[in-house]
Amino acid sequence: MLSELLQFLFSGLTVGAMYALAAVGFSLIYSASGVINFAQGEFIMLGGMSAALLVQAGVPLPMAIALAVLVAAAAGLIVEKLAIEPAGNSEVVTLVIITIGASLTLRGLAEVFLGKGNHALPAFSGEDPLVIFGATLMPQSLWVMGVTIVVVLALALFFGRTALGKAVLATSCNKLAAQLVGINTRFILLLAFGLSAALGAVGGILVAPMTYTSYDVGIMMGLKGFVAATLGGLGSGVGAIVGGLLLGIVEAMTAGYISSAYKDAMPFVLILLILFFLPQGLFGKKTTDRV
Amino acid sequence: MNKRTFIQFTLAAAACAALGTAAAADPIRIGAVLSVTGPAAYLGDPELKTLQMYVETLNKSGGVLGRPLELVHYDDGSESGKANGFAKRLIENDKVDLIIGGTTSGATMAIAPLVERAQVPFISLAGAVVIVEPTKKWMFKTPHTDRMAAERVFDDMKKAGLTKIALLSENSGFGQSGRKEAQAVAAKYGITLVADETYGPKDTDMTAQLTKIKGVPGVQAVFVFGLGQGPAVVTKNFAQLGIKLPLYQSHGVASDEYIRLAGAAAEGVRLPSPALPVAAKLPATDPQKKVVSDYAKLFAERWKAEPSTFGGYAYDGLMLAADAMGRAGSTDKAKVRDALEATTNFVATSGAFNMSASDHMGLSLSAFRMLEIRNGDWTLLN
Amino acid sequence: MTMKPTTRGFLFLAFVLAVLPLALPNGYYYDLAIRMAINASIAVGLNLLIGYTGQISLGHAGFFGIGAYASAILTSRYGLPSGLALIIGAVATAVLAFAVARPILKLKGHYLAMATLGLGIILSMVIINETELTGGPDGMPVDAFSLFGMQIVGEQAWYVVVALILLLVTRAALNLIDAPAGRALQAIHGAEIAARVAGVDTTSFKVRVFVLSAVVASVMGSITAHYVGFLTPGVAGFFHSIELVTMVVLGGMASVFGSILGAVVLTLLPQLLSAFEGWETVVFGLILMLTMIFLPRGILPTLRLKFAGRAA
Repeated sequence: MLSELLQFLFSGLTVGAMYALAAVGFSLIYSASGVINFAQGEFIMLGGMSAALLVQAGVPLPMAIALAVLVAAAAGLIVEKLAIEPAGNSEVVTLVIITIGASLTLRGLAEVFLGKGNHALPAFSGEDPLVIFGATLMPQSLWVMGVTIVVVLALALFFGRTALGKAVLATSCNKLAAQLVGINTRFILLLAFGLSAALGAVGGILVAPMTYTSYDVGIMMGLKGFVAATLGGLGSGVGAIVGGLLLGIVEAMTAGYISSAYKDAMPFVLILLILFFLPQGLFGKKTTDRV
Repeated sequence: MNKRTFIQFTLAAAACAALGTAAAADPIRIGAVLSVTGPAAYLGDPELKTLQMYVETLNKSGGVLGRPLELVHYDDGSESGKANGFAKRLIENDKVDLIIGGTTSGATMAIAPLVERAQVPFISLAGAVVIVEPTKKWMFKTPHTDRMAAERVFDDMKKAGLTKIALLSENSGFGQSGRKEAQAVAAKYGITLVADETYGPKDTDMTAQLTKIKGVPGVQAVFVFGLGQGPAVVTKNFAQLGIKLPLYQSHGVASDEYIRLAGAAAEGVRLPSPALPVAAKLPATDPQKKVVSDYAKLFAERWKAEPSTFGGYAYDGLMLAADAMGRAGSTDKAKVRDALEATTNFVATSGAFNMSASDHMGLSLSAFRMLEIRNGDWTLLN
Repeated sequence: MTMKPTTRGFLFLAFVLAVLPLALPNGYYYDLAIRMAINASIAVGLNLLIGYTGQISLGHAGFFGIGAYASAILTSRYGLPSGLALIIGAVATAVLAFAVARPILKLKGHYLAMATLGLGIILSMVIINETELTGGPDGMPVDAFSLFGMQIVGEQAWYVVVALILLLVTRAALNLIDAPAGRALQAIHGAEIAARVAGVDTTSFKVRVFVLSAVVASVMGSITAHYVGFLTPGVAGFFHSIELVTMVVLGGMASVFGSILGAVVLTLLPQLLSAFEGWETVVFGLILMLTMIFLPRGILPTLRLKFAGRAA
């Protein structure tokens, strides 16, 4: 009994950590610009796919990972420069459609140039599972969770201690005020996209050994990341992590104890209930609108 | 008119007739609606590549009935509503002579009412039993049915004395069709399904479902019905959880990609499959050896990619169509349909086709081979 | 006598619908026209929600699915008359929409989007999993639509039906916008708090519009089910919801005729893109991006501004 529960928990945490990394990317861009970036899933895909193909071409794993992150970050910068910036101050819905267009373009290009097959990355520390109280955990899962923790700490340091990080927060609070105090908001937005893309890519690379990667993994990962980010409260880094882990655990528990058929629907039922009682999500700030 | 003029005239007339026939060799239009993009792209992409390749090959050797083949194809993006629309376009606007396609059973059934109404022969590339049962006048299909896959696996399980089986199926059309058929034929082989779990096609972790299955008392084997990377993830999770039961997969993973993705965990996995993955291992006396070996070689050379059994279904469809047109002596839709129905012992990648008025699928159970993965490679079981 | 621009537009629409059949050479073109008209009706309904009240719905395909599957199941499995099945589907949708409207519409912006998304996905999952009833992922066939013993079969008959429905929906939408209720709607979008201060019962309006647009989607779902003759769960899926929102935004939010234009463009595009073998997704994505960057208000309003600027 205990080992079963533990196994479901491990499964939930592993998947949840993936969702958490995806969610952090969403929250970051939302923080800096108020845009929901539907192309976030594609950044995750680019990371995993690039790394897998580089390794297949003979590049050593650490180098492949570094290059893959750079590729995704570059894609993020390009999307911001060519698609978001020209749109200026358009309505949010318009920007959402633009990011959807960007996601389709990236996915389509991957389909044409990188093919439709599935690819695997070699596991970082081998394939032998660790046994803990009767439940098993893959070493790769520890990598995913460990890196997620490091990312969270690094982001906390970045936003709390560095001038650049504080500039991002300032921009998200009030763009005009930030500009007035001399912050280059254009650069901040560019940075946000590049950083989110890099984070997404790291997530995609970390999970590729377990879940494989293909040109269309972005769709599901992006959607789940969005759900996790909203669950935790858009714009909150901690919220994104908690949201992601919660989402993963709910899915695993539903599959284990209720019905594997409805495991994808249960998180949404949960979200609807949470949003009905907490309209800002779990950790979102209560917003006040100026009239 | 004197004799010489008469001869000249006759010769001239004959020459005109010959030239006239060559000039009037308007193409035979083969229509295709395939899921080249979207979730079913894994199947539809090799299907399209195969059709394109073999239309070229057939044309190089003179076409069919002395006429070149022209392929008119559309991508339904794995959406049945679009498949219906494109089929309409093929029938009404492009005026094709025959349609090959319907990568998924959903797309096929969405096209069904159109081809029946317009009376156009249609060769489906999808697996559900409902496509040919009950037999519809204008609809044929090339792949084995999902019921045959279940029967083949259950037959093997019965021989091994396995009676309590857990089912893990993908909640896609392919997986659910397999699940339905498995439930329908289990009793015939003395098999009880003690667990029935599902997973999504893009899910990343199935340890929860497998943990549940592991906990079922008396479970003796696991049967997975899915396509693409899902079954590979299941296989890896299977090994991670240390489950020592026999693992059976469906013909959805009869590809080298599955072995590559699942790695060492795939050792000992059994599945039914058309002969294509084991082309090199077939004995020389096997009637299919030449066809599948040639197909595998040509596909790999042309597209620099692994041959796929799904592409093989498209090959079968095109060749059946060409053969039927040849026997019918024309592209008259009714005649071609009758010729398709009369197909006898036509050897192709999925097996030897023997169609009849009551069987528009044409393959027997023995056309499905049983394979086992040993040392990272396919082994043909008897 | 000068006509209002909206009346001019409505008459123009009626004229186009009436003479279009002359330009349609075969069943395939009729099919396209029918699909455009169906999408246009849904888009007009959705536009009332997105464009005029500023509420976003990422799960509208779920309502479409309810109507479609209600019609399919009630007629094919239970033998009910098609008209009755359609009405039952619409009523069920109205009840569901009303039940979730108040809690959902209290949410703002992205949380609202999330809630509608969740609703759509839950509906979609139910349809996929209840295989006994819905045929599951491989779908189910649908009988033809029969009214008073006559069946509506064939593209030409259906064209007349959907064209009439489109005119009806457009007229209703235009009336709603011009009426005091409509001004209330626009006030809500502009500045909700100001509207409330001025005495507009914003929540009641938002709920009503939400339910109305859901019912339109449901009815069109029923129609589509009977017309195509086959249904798969994809009709209630996330992608379909995104397609519907894109039609509204692309054509022009807060513009009834813009939505119709958006529906026409988005229905036509995949047909035109089939020439770009393999590159369809890329080209589609690029078109979306470029259109929204250069015509941020949508096609019709931006063009209208340009021409207005020239005239002035």
